[in-house]
Amino acid sequence: MTLAETQKSQPLAIYGLMAEFDGPEALLEAARGAFAEGYRRMDAYSPFPVDGLAEAIGFHKTWLPLLVLIGGIIGCAGGFYLQYWASVIDYPMNIGGRPLNSWPMFIPITFELTILVAGLTAVLGLLALNGLPMPYHPVFNVERFQFATRNRFFLCIESADPKFDHEATRRFLESCRPQGVYEVEP
Amino acid sequence: MESEPLNKSAEIEAVHPVIEPGHTFASVTDKISAIVLTQKTPRFWYVGFGISFLLLMVLLYSIAAVLTIGVGLFGINIPVAWGFDIVNFVWWIGIGHAGTLISAILLLLRQKWRQSINRFAEAMTLFAVACAGLFPLLHLGRPWYAYWLFPYPSTMGIQPQFRSPLVWDVFAVSTYFTISLLFWYVGLIPDLATLRDQARQRFARFAYGILAMGWRGSAIHWHRYEMAYLLLAGLAAPLVVSVHTVVSFDFAVALVPGWHSTIFPPYFVAGAIYSGFAMVLTLAIPLRKMYGLEDFITLRHLKNMAEVMLATGLIVAYGYLMETFMAWYSGNIYEQYLMWNRMFGPYWYMYWALLLFNILVPQVLWFRAVRTNVVALFVIAICVNVGMWLERYVIVVVSLARDFMPSAWGRYSATAWDYGVFIGSIGLFFAALFLFVRFLPMISIFEMRELVHDTEEPK
Repeated sequence: MTLAETQKSQPLAIYGLMAEFDGPEALLEAARGAFAEGYRRMDAYSPFPVDGLAEAIGFHKTWLPLLVLIGGIIGCAGGFYLQYWASVIDYPMNIGGRPLNSWPMFIPITFELTILVAGLTAVLGLLALNGLPMPYHPVFNVERFQFATRNRFFLCIESADPKFDHEATRRFLESCRPQGVYEVEP
Repeated sequence: MESEPLNKSAEIEAVHPVIEPGHTFASVTDKISAIVLTQKTPRFWYVGFGISFLLLMVLLYSIAAVLTIGVGLFGINIPVAWGFDIVNFVWWIGIGHAGTLISAILLLLRQKWRQSINRFAEAMTLFAVACAGLFPLLHLGRPWYAYWLFPYPSTMGIQPQFRSPLVWDVFAVSTYFTISLLFWYVGLIPDLATLRDQARQRFARFAYGILAMGWRGSAIHWHRYEMAYLLLAGLAAPLVVSVHTVVSFDFAVALVPGWHSTIFPPYFVAGAIYSGFAMVLTLAIPLRKMYGLEDFITLRHLKNMAEVMLATGLIVAYGYLMETFMAWYSGNIYEQYLMWNRMFGPYWYMYWALLLFNILVPQVLWFRAVRTNVVALFVIAICVNVGMWLERYVIVVVSLARDFMPSAWGRYSATAWDYGVFIGSIGLFFAALFLFVRFLPMISIFEMRELVHDTEEPK
């Protein structure tokens, strides 16, 4: 079956329904309403971070701080061990009778490597948890969505949601007084 | 800083808000992205970039000469083995510090006024650190062996000397560059997505699209994004303090009079922030004028930066005062001679010029009329840039030229190649900055939208 035939035989095979709002407050209200209605598989899109929006759609906890802490600990322990191994085990050298393990002199590099590994973990962790880079995503099929990075706010309820029903969901989104409701092609 | 009565400073805040009223999400987006996407590239850009590019060519020519003939081209000798290279290294890396301070420390302190200057201050950091990194590499004499500084499984069976501040420096500066780059890029991602969506040319859409990595402004992504940004700021804040501290250790750990001093770390960090804010002002004042960004980089920003400069300048002045006091109080003839040599020795004019540019001139910042006068601020900022360069010259060259034994004393004077690399590095810095303002948003667009949202109820 070609793609066109698939789409013809399943006219409702869409990614979801998307509503457009003109302000963060309207979006926040709609997101809370959708969560209260029982929708779980949805996402809200805004041109800048809106306080409480992630919580409104039921997202509370991110593992990122824990990852960064682990990264920092690895950087710290690894950084110190790197210097210890090089100066005590691999290449011991008597410099003016100083102890081989002159640990106070190892602190600056230990510190720098702690920061380096923690910082790299923060950025790579952010990208990995967010699933970026992502070359294709269905929400970009909505033409109005180009304004999501300018001045428009969107709420998308995905068809994968168990409670999703094309008509009922559309009626619900329209009740939130949006600027428009669009079908998102997969 | 609270020299004026409270009602007056409140009045200033009302007269000079962090963003001029009347802006909406759309207007800030369009105005900033238009500079990159649709506006005709202004003539001064071509002139400025052209001059910077010529200077960059001077840099490449000088580097080629130094690599083929050797560091003998530089004015360095024994006893002054650290010349322009180290002076310029410390100067550039200090300039970089303001960018991180603005983006990280002011973020943690919840200073809203940082939001329109953090982006190009971070870019400034990145380019300044890149310029800084050039100098120790060239100073190695054989830069192609620079990797010997890193621990790696060497067939020679040796390891770097981890007890040396020079090796600490390698780790500090490379970590600093990496974290600054990451911080800058993470901040750019949502704006790159904006440019992707605003661009009309195919290639621009494609290029910004690749760089934006598919950012779509999802609430869950924003949630993690804000967390990551906060964590990076928390990591960068102690890092920036550590970098110049480690740079100061290069001197303080040595025994040379004028270097061997415990005041160096704090006084170096304050000096770095001082020179960095001077450079931010040097860049911000022409940029806001040329691109008509007075609505976003308001007098309030300039005034605040002037106040930071005044405060850190006073810390630096305290550092100079204490150096002089300790030289006398220590009773050590070498320390005392060092101070005398700075003031009245062969390089006396450097020291007095340094006091003039770094300490005396910036005192006019006590007057509010000066702090809100754009031209005066620009002139003072240039003075501080020069003064901070002189400070490093006095510390590096003047201390080395005459240390303990008069039989080992010497003189230093820079050669044309020293000047070629120095002036050329300024060309590299400005050429990179010109490219940055042409191709990337110089003000963080999404943070300006946030600012619009926070300052007024938009329609």
